[in-house]
Amino acid sequence: MSKYILQRFIYMMITLFIIVTITFFVMRLLPGTPFSNPEKLSEAQLEIMNAKYGLDKPLAVQYFTYLGNLVQGDLGLSFQSQGRTVINVIASRIGPSALIGGQAMIIGFIIGLVLGVISALKHNTIYDYGSVFIAVLGMSIPSFVFAALIQYFIGVKLGWLPVALWEGYSYSIMPSIALSVLVIATVARFIRSEMLEVLGQDYVLTARAKGISEEVVIIRHVLRNALIPVVTVVGPLSVSIMTGTLVIEKIFAVPGLGEQFTLSILVNDYSVIMGITLFFSALFIFVIFLVDVLYVILDPRIKLKREG
Amino acid sequence: MSDNILSVKDLEVSFQTHKGSLKAVRGVSFSLKKGETLAIIGESGSGKSVTAKSIMKLLPKKTTMINQGSIMYKDKDLLAYTYKEIEKIRGREISMVFQDPMTALNPTMKIGKQVMEGLRKHQQLSKKEARRRAMELLELVGIPNAEKRLDGFPHEFSGGMRQRVVIAIALACNPEILIADEPTTALDVTIQAQILELMKDIQKESGTSIILITHDLGVVANMADRVAVMYAGEVMETGTAHEIFYNPKHPYTWGLLQSMPKIHQAEDQRLIPIAGSPPDVNLIHDGCPFAARCPYVMKVCHHHNPAQTKESETHSVACWLQDKKAPKVKQPAGIKSDGS
Repeated sequence: MSKYILQRFIYMMITLFIIVTITFFVMRLLPGTPFSNPEKLSEAQLEIMNAKYGLDKPLAVQYFTYLGNLVQGDLGLSFQSQGRTVINVIASRIGPSALIGGQAMIIGFIIGLVLGVISALKHNTIYDYGSVFIAVLGMSIPSFVFAALIQYFIGVKLGWLPVALWEGYSYSIMPSIALSVLVIATVARFIRSEMLEVLGQDYVLTARAKGISEEVVIIRHVLRNALIPVVTVVGPLSVSIMTGTLVIEKIFAVPGLGEQFTLSILVNDYSVIMGITLFFSALFIFVIFLVDVLYVILDPRIKLKREG
Repeated sequence: MSDNILSVKDLEVSFQTHKGSLKAVRGVSFSLKKGETLAIIGESGSGKSVTAKSIMKLLPKKTTMINQGSIMYKDKDLLAYTYKEIEKIRGREISMVFQDPMTALNPTMKIGKQVMEGLRKHQQLSKKEARRRAMELLELVGIPNAEKRLDGFPHEFSGGMRQRVVIAIALACNPEILIADEPTTALDVTIQAQILELMKDIQKESGTSIILITHDLGVVANMADRVAVMYAGEVMETGTAHEIFYNPKHPYTWGLLQSMPKIHQAEDQRLIPIAGSPPDVNLIHDGCPFAARCPYVMKVCHHHNPAQTKESETHSVACWLQDKKAPKVKQPAGIKSDGS
């Protein structure tokens, strides 16, 4: 087990290294530099700025300098926000993203679970068609459409919740709902198909033949086995939702990480772009690793083995 | 006949399919006495499993229709039971062993827990008592190191061992009837013999009645007291094992016996298959379902379904050849005769 974890850790480091390298060079293909603003900066000022941030050195040197700092846990300073470290920028932005993302995951998972289970148990009935319809709708309607709709109805017409901005807990509810639609759809579809598969298994018949009640059969034998593969979907999904989504944060004016990320790309804030990319990738890779370990606990058939 | 523990009368089961309703069981009757083994034999699709599953209401609720008939268990009609009521019968009074032990156990649940489930429900045993009883059961079905194996998972067991576990689950609450749906089909031959031997031993000890569903005549000869031969959802012939093997009356039974290799068979004697394939049950309207494949078919066979004719107290046949007006047909060669 510990050997397996060590091996996985090395692989994770290699993956991160590749991501850092590709992002670093691709980012430089973006037009302009952080200081390409000829109207406001004179030649001399520009040279000073470039020298201060090391942009005057050859690209390869900059790359190795960045790697060197990274190994020491230094993500550098933001190019645009005076005197703030990248870590500081990320830390100040992750809160709102994680809050609406986390709430969206909880709402989405519960509703998705209920829809999926009803769908599977009432297979080929009006209930099934109904929840499949909701799931397909959730998948296919772009989130900004749904976001605008609830802003209009809940925010403007009914006036129950604030339409946008970030000035208290109530401001987090509508973005969470808007974000949960995708989670509902994904979870419902996945649970439905997993449950249908398990319901057709012989061991469900064995369980029924024992005389235990149908509810126990469903919860203990069907749902438990159907939920195991759901972990593989929910893990990565929660990372991508909790680390900030561009569209929802823009529409609801949430000061989250997603919004910061787009802003940084627009102004070529190299170190912040690198930092957020790295943060997201590292979290993602770690959660995938976590899912693999969780699988061993949930499914006794799977044993972790070191690849030979 | 009051010594019947189970008697199925005129059972008719159909399924809703896209093409309309499909009659899988078409008027099946048989009975089971206490402590005996009844074998139901027939080809795939002859309705054996459907008949067995309908006894325990294990067929899919939404698509299954029991059109008529009765299943009397100890003077109560199981067909009148609700799904909630049948739960008290399942596993406690009537148990079932399924065909494929590789898929019949929950892969993520410990063996012990799977054995204990029924015990906890029907006998309200405490966890500790149920565990002790589960261990006894595993020992009873011949699983070595039972105490340790309780905490094992199905994938750690071989096929034969898994089938032993499935049997242990079925026997957990000392059921009156054990329905074994092709219990050895998925196992290799040496393991088959062990499992059959185990079932026989258990029957001797506990007096359980067994309904054995199979298409393996060797298994039937080894196990059964009485035999019901099914074809296209109907019972063609019933009798004691002796009557079916040594004095079969139905051409379909003849066909089955002729297609089975025998140990003393002369080298040049070939196995004789039954020509054709089983009919689409939707296409049978009137007449005997075997008519299309029967070498002795007569005009009447196509239009009227023969009634059961009693050959003896225990032996009955559904075939027009038994009619007084029918020509006398000699039992084909290759079937061992009684010598009588």
